[in-house]
Amino acid sequence: MAEKITDETIDYVGILAKLKLSPSEREDAKADMQKMLDYIDKLNELDTSGIEPMSHVFPVKNVFREDVVTNGDAREQMLANAPEQRDGQYQVPKTVE
Amino acid sequence: MAREYETVIGLEVHVELATKTKIFCGCSTEFGGEPNTHTCPVCTGMPGSLPVLNKKVVEYAMAVGLAANCRIHQYCKFDRKNYFYPDNPQNYQISQLYLPICHDGWIEIEAGGEKKKVRIHEIHMEEDAGKLIHDDWEDCSLVDYNRSGVPLIEIVSEPDMRSAEEVIAYLEQLRMIAQYVGASDCKLQEGSMRADVNLSVREKGSDTFGTRTEMKNLNSFKAIARAIEGEQARQIDLLEEGRPVIQETRRWDDNKGESYPMRSKEDAQDYRYFPDPDLPPVEISDAWMEEIRSSLPELQPAKKARYMEEFQLPAYDASILTESKKLADLFEETVALGARPKKVSNWLMVETLRLLKENSMEPEQIRFTPENLKKLIALTEDGSVNSSVAKEVFEQMFRDNVDPEAYVEEHGLKTVNDAGALEAVVKKVLENNPKVVEEYRGGKEKVLGFLVGQVMKEMKGKANPAMAGELLKKLM
Amino acid sequence: MDLMKLTAVQLSEKIRAGEVRAAEAVEAALAAIEAQEKRIHAFITVDRDGAMKAAERVQKRIDAGELKGPLAGVPIAVKDNICTKGLKTTCASKILYNFVPTYNAEVIENLEKAGMIVIGKTNMDEFAMGSTTETSFFGVTKNPRNPEHVPGGSSGGSCAAVGAGEVLCALGSDTGGSIRQPSSFCGVTGLKPTYGAVSRYGLIAYGSSLDQIGPVANDVTDCAALLSVIASHDPKDSTSVELEDYDFMGALREDVSGLRVGIPNEYFGEGLDPEVKSRVLHAAEVLKSCGAQVEHFDLGMLEYAIPAYYVIASAEASSNLERFDGVKYGYRAEDFEGLHDMYKQTRSQGFGPEVKRRIMLGSFVLSSGYYDAYYLKALRTKALIKKSFDDAFAKYDVILAPAAPTAAPRLGESLSDPLAMYLGDIYTVSVNLAGLPGISVPCGSTSAGLPVGVQILADCFKEKTILRAAYTLEQALGKEAQHGEGI
Repeated sequence: MAEKITDETIDYVGILAKLKLSPSEREDAKADMQKMLDYIDKLNELDTSGIEPMSHVFPVKNVFREDVVTNGDAREQMLANAPEQRDGQYQVPKTVE
Repeated sequence: MAREYETVIGLEVHVELATKTKIFCGCSTEFGGEPNTHTCPVCTGMPGSLPVLNKKVVEYAMAVGLAANCRIHQYCKFDRKNYFYPDNPQNYQISQLYLPICHDGWIEIEAGGEKKKVRIHEIHMEEDAGKLIHDDWEDCSLVDYNRSGVPLIEIVSEPDMRSAEEVIAYLEQLRMIAQYVGASDCKLQEGSMRADVNLSVREKGSDTFGTRTEMKNLNSFKAIARAIEGEQARQIDLLEEGRPVIQETRRWDDNKGESYPMRSKEDAQDYRYFPDPDLPPVEISDAWMEEIRSSLPELQPAKKARYMEEFQLPAYDASILTESKKLADLFEETVALGARPKKVSNWLMVETLRLLKENSMEPEQIRFTPENLKKLIALTEDGSVNSSVAKEVFEQMFRDNVDPEAYVEEHGLKTVNDAGALEAVVKKVLENNPKVVEEYRGGKEKVLGFLVGQVMKEMKGKANPAMAGELLKKLM
Repeated sequence: MDLMKLTAVQLSEKIRAGEVRAAEAVEAALAAIEAQEKRIHAFITVDRDGAMKAAERVQKRIDAGELKGPLAGVPIAVKDNICTKGLKTTCASKILYNFVPTYNAEVIENLEKAGMIVIGKTNMDEFAMGSTTETSFFGVTKNPRNPEHVPGGSSGGSCAAVGAGEVLCALGSDTGGSIRQPSSFCGVTGLKPTYGAVSRYGLIAYGSSLDQIGPVANDVTDCAALLSVIASHDPKDSTSVELEDYDFMGALREDVSGLRVGIPNEYFGEGLDPEVKSRVLHAAEVLKSCGAQVEHFDLGMLEYAIPAYYVIASAEASSNLERFDGVKYGYRAEDFEGLHDMYKQTRSQGFGPEVKRRIMLGSFVLSSGYYDAYYLKALRTKALIKKSFDDAFAKYDVILAPAAPTAAPRLGESLSDPLAMYLGDIYTVSVNLAGLPGISVPCGSTSAGLPVGVQILADCFKEKTILRAAYTLEQALGKEAQHGEGI
């Protein structure tokens, strides 16, 4: 059996993922996550000792750019998507007390 | 009897690399500039954008690592460090956790007259965050992503330091390495070198570590020293009172001289690192590594030894000159033009450092060329200008890199070596000061200085004081 | 002449021959969209003005003889997770409801170079997470063959638009089957290229190590032509791979003699709808009759593909979707107290339930103490899956399999049980884990008249082998239908 998913787990993951769930969403999330993790436990049937974790499928390596400036000023276009902006900057709720 | 404590310090030093562009996009890293004018979809975390690694970053990181006696992970990868903060546009920072580029190195420091090795645990490459400006009136913060994606290396030491003095010596040494290999200008005031301090205290003689705290983002050597003093005192007080030190991240407020905990419950400090699927691994061949190793310049300790040996400079002069790559380069280039080493050293050690200090400048900001310094030295050596004129000319040179020969010519500052003109003035001074002349003749030889001064004054400083003295003596 | 009854390649021929104006092609597509949208709702945005202007520009280039490619002048629909400069790109999510990219995805640049005309952005499962196109913030898309059924997903809008004749071709994206499964459900042809063959620059990431953009069209020829247009080596995408050549149309030959076709036994076991099974096995018979050597074999690892896939995809998604935070673009909650509450409110209101579910799962499997047990375990499983395919492709040129266990389910039947829905991806996700190319080609219908697709897979960068097999199969099935021997 996989890890038991508790209210604390859901709270903790909520902090990590910046999600606030309603009470009914929480119950669903708990049940869904439990079910998924129990299912994922199937992987434990596999003996993977000595197998390197494969993060990239191909042996592609050393993809570089040269150190040359290619971008100009695109501030106005970029900022056009900002929910709130001021003085050429993205405005957010105050980050310090 | 009061217990004795020992402070144990490890550092995480962030050094901004001197690349022209950011680590993962073609935006300029130039300092200053209007907010968000050096940004693009990649460094502002726009959906769909992808990072491409700047090759120069790998080379600089490798160079610093090799200079710091590190081993290189010839197969290294980038990982994502996940945390939400507005200066972090993707809400993950691309960094290296599992396979950092350099590991297991050391550098030698000298503190309190003793040499010691500080071990380096690892050096990894990562991207810098943007800048937040807090608006007290509007109760909001504003984000500028110009610095977002500027390449950094983070140099993580082992907990090998025991005092603020050792920490400063270590930082100085790191700064010299980064500057010497050309990887960074390490300008503290622009934040291109910053340190996080991990500190714990333990009873002297203990071989286990105490609980440590981390102080973030200290950006001047003085602030670092004060933060260390402050934090070790705070921890000792806690231990003396029988209270535990809590493992936490603290912010040092240099104005108040105290630190306070930084994190709220919204920061779980669980960064969920995993390999960044957007970036293939970096494989460093032996040949590439050797190419970087062989292109490393002579580093400061070797240079200092050579200056003492080759130029017969005192140890003090040799260390001051070599502490800044810029000063050392200036020194060697001027000497190469034919100036006498000791003279060059004097100009750099005395006048140059004085003016740098007065103007709050770093040696990197020196504007005058070795050619002009050489000319000025030649002017003093052949007696064309006397030392006070030379200082005046040097100040102009320091400010605007003026050509000293042209400047002296233009402003008529050349010492008058014409014996006839000098003799007329000397005679006039003797006539005007009969009493003093009497005193001299009566054996009071130190009044000669006064008379030379009078001659200099008459000639508006352009006389050769040695010649004037000789002539005065002769005529008296 | 009904332009929408042509293939894309035929339409372009007529445009380049001067028989049809590019603007007429756009108007025909707009009219078809107008007629069909109420019934199927395949589009989130239709760019009428932009497409008409683009048609003018393209026409000039055609008149000047600058455009000779096989798809010049053809209107195309693009999945709404592919960035289009100046044209809203939403990922079918509230959190990007108003996002207008300042840049084109590399594939869009490639379409423009080839003289293709983007006519609109298609509906999808929110952030490509889903198998039915029912998780879209902008409402469901319906199956063009039977509007009571789902079109599949997540590229349901693209496949439905092609299936309904609103456009002749479209771009989708495939992270775990999101092109192949809806292609199967809608009776169209869709190809998921080898990972790295098509640039991901400008594709809003779901699972970065799995995502790939691919073509959707009415036949194999159009798919091959569109693949030739979009595949490219892009220096902006570090995972982009340079191919030996980009002429996929040259592979369209009716020739499978000696082609070694493997049929993995596991793909035909429990859970596979008997009607789907018989259509797919019939396709195998057809290939055999065309000269292929067909053999059944044990591939292995199938049962581990879904758990490994959901760990990896959710983990990557949890990180990829962190950037949607109400700071730089998209939706920001109206009421909040302070920064962290702004994040939480924005994301909780901006993401739908399926996206939140995957973000939660992904954050959990990466969190301290679970990384090794879940994430690394999944990456090790991925290595084993890759190896099982390597072994298979040592023996076979292509693998033939169903694209989905069933034909398209009814609307509203799938979302209530997420795990059951995930299990529907069983035949497609391994391909993404192993980075392989795969196509879904129509191979008949169920007795209820719902389309069934057969998947043809090959080793990495063997798109041409896939296209040759798929083309041969398509031609043979077409002849069968003409002669009334079909099913």
